[in-house]
Amino acid sequence: MVALSDVKQISEVEWEIPSAYRADMRVPVRIFATRHLLEAIAGDKSLEQAVNAATLPGLVGRVLVMPDMHQGYGFPIGGVAATEYPKGVISPGAIGYDINCGVRLLGSRIELDEATALLDELSAALDRHCPSGVGKSGQHHLSHKELEQVMREGAQWALKKGFATEADLNRTEEFGCIPGAEPGYVSQRARTRGLDQLGTLGAGNHFIEVDVVDEVFDEGAAQVMGLQEGRLTLMIHCGSRGFGHQICTDYVSSFQSAVRRFGIVLPDRELVCAPMDSAEGKAYMGAMRAAANFAFANRQLLAYHARQAFEESLAGRVKHWQLHQIYDIAHNMGKLETHSVDGRKVKVCVHRKGATRAFGPGAPGLPPEYKKIGQPVLVPGSMGTASWVLAGTEGSMQRSFGSSCHGAGRTMSRSKAKKVVRGQDLIRELAAKGIHVQAGSLPGLAEEAPQAYKDVDAVVETVDRAGIAHKVARLRPVVVVKG
Amino acid sequence: MATTSMAGFEEIEHTADWSLRVWAPDLAGLLEQAARGMLNLSGIRLVEGKRQQRELTVESTDAEGLLVNFLGELLHILEQEGLAFDEYELTLAENAVRAKLHGAPVMARKEEIKGVTYHDLRIEQKSTGLEALIVFDV
Repeated sequence: MVALSDVKQISEVEWEIPSAYRADMRVPVRIFATRHLLEAIAGDKSLEQAVNAATLPGLVGRVLVMPDMHQGYGFPIGGVAATEYPKGVISPGAIGYDINCGVRLLGSRIELDEATALLDELSAALDRHCPSGVGKSGQHHLSHKELEQVMREGAQWALKKGFATEADLNRTEEFGCIPGAEPGYVSQRARTRGLDQLGTLGAGNHFIEVDVVDEVFDEGAAQVMGLQEGRLTLMIHCGSRGFGHQICTDYVSSFQSAVRRFGIVLPDRELVCAPMDSAEGKAYMGAMRAAANFAFANRQLLAYHARQAFEESLAGRVKHWQLHQIYDIAHNMGKLETHSVDGRKVKVCVHRKGATRAFGPGAPGLPPEYKKIGQPVLVPGSMGTASWVLAGTEGSMQRSFGSSCHGAGRTMSRSKAKKVVRGQDLIRELAAKGIHVQAGSLPGLAEEAPQAYKDVDAVVETVDRAGIAHKVARLRPVVVVKG
Repeated sequence: MATTSMAGFEEIEHTADWSLRVWAPDLAGLLEQAARGMLNLSGIRLVEGKRQQRELTVESTDAEGLLVNFLGELLHILEQEGLAFDEYELTLAENAVRAKLHGAPVMARKEEIKGVTYHDLRIEQKSTGLEALIVFDV
């Protein structure tokens, strides 16, 4: 176990575990955290997992850890690692089972005051239109041919089918489609799981939330994004469902023997990996991109159905019921990007697991309006607490491979949360705060109680102070829909 | 929780996901306890009276791989067919386990386990038999 005494303080919000800490580390670990947040994660295996991540072949720079870090499996949640292309490795476990789990935020011109009496109806409509819960299938049952199209085209497929607008896609990471998806590397089992899950939310920590813009910190950026105090927004948090999970499972399994062939020795079998220029690495990259595109299409369909719910419950009753896309961003992904490392430009695969891409002003791949202000970074809080909209910075490009935090970060186990929180009590507490909750499972709701998470405001304050993202607006929830 | 002192399972605290400690005198018993523990974590109840049988063979190059792949097969059957099992006849062969499973359709399921991980997975020999710690993705 890594002790706090092994961690060197760099600044008020930065810490480092030097590569000399353990003989098999290839690079140091840099942690963005206040002392308080660092102490909060020192109780579990997060830091040890970060040290393990620092053993991956081909790493450049440092392994980075965001302040919402917590223990995962293999690679810590909140971790970022960049491996040099093409000889460095790609590791499915360093991207996660829910490939392209991410967040979409839509804005509106709906004033909270005019919609307050309609929120019950709206929450019920969202629950009806957006299927959620354990193993739930949706209304889009794809043929195998359509699934191949989704794998290759992502949200672009949704545009062709009338479920998206050009404006939605312009404000989606990778414009909703990562090139290079290879359906031929996706197993039959993954395909079977994906056929009926498009347009579904799933369970666990995934949710749909209606928020009100509570406070704006950067008027200029907020205006560009279309955020104004007192107006409603819609946030969707989900990923590639069983389809992505199966792809990760398949490759973590097949890479167990691949690492032996490549002579790669790792401290944890969940970190198995393969060089990007190997047949195995290329296969996973192609399959992972197929899952990423599936997730982009999934969040697009959920947004389409959420718009139906807004129209059904608000059209004709508020002045403008429409929702406009602010951004859609992945926080479990491996991406080929070019970054400066020790003064040289290097093409790397940035593994982000529970970390958000946070490209600063002028970065490639952003729509023109965001090239000026930096990319929106969407940070959902725990249920019933604030969520945040940040923007990427020059600092994130220079110091964190264009990455920032992704949420509040768990601090309590699910079983303990269920022991200390009753789902029904939580619904009452949230109702007292004016938050309408639709929950498929009361124990599932209790697992996601705010007490089980860190303080998202402290997490956001840390990345703001570290200069790897800056605050644009804080959102306050008024409707929560969970599986 | 543990069923007997010689073989059983118990949940272990994990910040984000679920973890299970399982133990048994031998590998076949360990696989069975892991399957029972996973069923227990999911809060699965079976329909009474509609018993079904299924046979499957799972392969891997080592014992940990057999454990992960066996549990993965059970999750797959659960998700695709809504079937779960409460009786296990397991026979080990070289790099494989042959399973005759008896169970029924699922009547209720509280939690979704999405995957079985290799994280820190080591089947260890103890004085009373084998033991492993399994982390599930939820």
